[in-house]
Amino acid sequence: MSDQQGDTPLKHTPLYDFHNKLDAKMVPFAGYEMPLQYPLGVLKEHLHVREKAGLFDVSHMGQAFLIPADGEFKTAAHALETLAPGNFVALKAGRQRYSQLLNDEGGVLDDLMVTRLGMEGHEHWVYVVVNAACKTRDFALIEKSMPDNVEMKILDDMALVALQGPKAVDVLAGFAPQVADMAFMSSLDLPVVVDGNEMWMHVSRSGYTGEDGFELAIKSKDVETFWRALEAHPDVEAIGLGARDSLRLEAGLCLYGHDIDETTTPIESNLTWSIGKRRRENGGFPGADKIFAQLKDGPARKLVGIRPEGRAPAREGTKVFSTDGAETGIITSGGYGPSVGGPVAMGYVSTQHSEAGTMLELEVRGKRLSALVQPLPFVAHNFYRKKK
Amino acid sequence: MSKTYYTKKHEWIMVEDGVGTIGITDHAQEQLGDIVFVELPDPGLDVEQGDEACVVESVKAASEVYAPISGEVVEANEALGDNAALVNESAEADAWFIKIKLSNTDELEELMDKAGYEEFVESES
Repeated sequence: MSDQQGDTPLKHTPLYDFHNKLDAKMVPFAGYEMPLQYPLGVLKEHLHVREKAGLFDVSHMGQAFLIPADGEFKTAAHALETLAPGNFVALKAGRQRYSQLLNDEGGVLDDLMVTRLGMEGHEHWVYVVVNAACKTRDFALIEKSMPDNVEMKILDDMALVALQGPKAVDVLAGFAPQVADMAFMSSLDLPVVVDGNEMWMHVSRSGYTGEDGFELAIKSKDVETFWRALEAHPDVEAIGLGARDSLRLEAGLCLYGHDIDETTTPIESNLTWSIGKRRRENGGFPGADKIFAQLKDGPARKLVGIRPEGRAPAREGTKVFSTDGAETGIITSGGYGPSVGGPVAMGYVSTQHSEAGTMLELEVRGKRLSALVQPLPFVAHNFYRKKK
Repeated sequence: MSKTYYTKKHEWIMVEDGVGTIGITDHAQEQLGDIVFVELPDPGLDVEQGDEACVVESVKAASEVYAPISGEVVEANEALGDNAALVNESAEADAWFIKIKLSNTDELEELMDKAGYEEFVESES
């Protein structure tokens, strides 16, 4: 692979040796050497997650606790609200929220998950997960925004794995029956016994595939034991970054640095739902003026699903034209959707061309290919909803 | 009597009666992973040795396939249009890409035989 940047040595997650034992194809990603795929291959790995359950190493992502010394959750939540437009103050114990760190133009510095811990005695703790490529800058920014009485503790000794797919709940409930009835976007902190070893995990019912599933933060020293035990289940396969990307693309979920970055706002990228109602009224986050203006007048461009009509995938960077031949946007993520059985893409187009069903043209290797604006997601979400 | 040659870009060409049948090697398909799309030129196109002649797309990325020799494209394998995955199953037989009528057979001398190619792959890894 040729996309390695600079001479900085690549970092390894605690599961690095184990991936090599599994014969993974390792590639540089966000400063880490990560598994692109296992011997099963991207296509079968993808389909396996949609059908059963897949196990992903995402330990390259940044994890931290924010611990207010005054015992008040709001002390940390208020400070975080100066960086991101989520309604964090309203988070109940054990609940999780998706948000974005913004710059003064309303552009996205990173997207992140913010959780208020639910464990007794720790309900004032905040747990954040950020992208690997941005974590150094994110943590510096978050630390600077916190008052002196909030400690930021970067969790360098924690691994993070995701167990995703319709069978994920049955597999994980074999170790911790409490997870079976967890609500979507909720979390638990609990001990599990794996092969006679007791270990702690922070588990949340969330993920990046569009399927039901969990993300598990486990001490680095324990993660291989847990991974082996989960993977021993007949419904579980190890899944690499290749399938993670095609799964999230079919699910219409944004990838930072591609679909969203410092030049795109959450309004343009259809993330308006993640901005709390109170925040839309009161502001107080970076770029609020720009966000308010876009909420009022509508953005000039929008992130949409794009379905090329033929078999040829349209990759990131592909120019998008309206049927009258004028350039109207660009593809930010594109490839083959194994569950769709054809090419799928996301990209920005002028708002006038963003309606579902609008015909577009894509310039692929000098040729114009027909495409349609399609509502996202390409594959329906299969998140867990509690039975009433 | 046919003879098969190999390139450093991982194409193979089987030459018989002045026509070369071209595909990618089994090693190449393994490296690319699951193939989802193959773009082939229309018959009649003249290509120079080293020109980009076809495109093969895996789930992750697009890769070029270069013409191992110069000549006129006389046939493209239509079976790949509906079933690009055939490249993963039968890269060096059923999943040939194009046939080229050679315009300069001297160019074949620059290519490797099977043993030479296997040695080359070994040296690359």
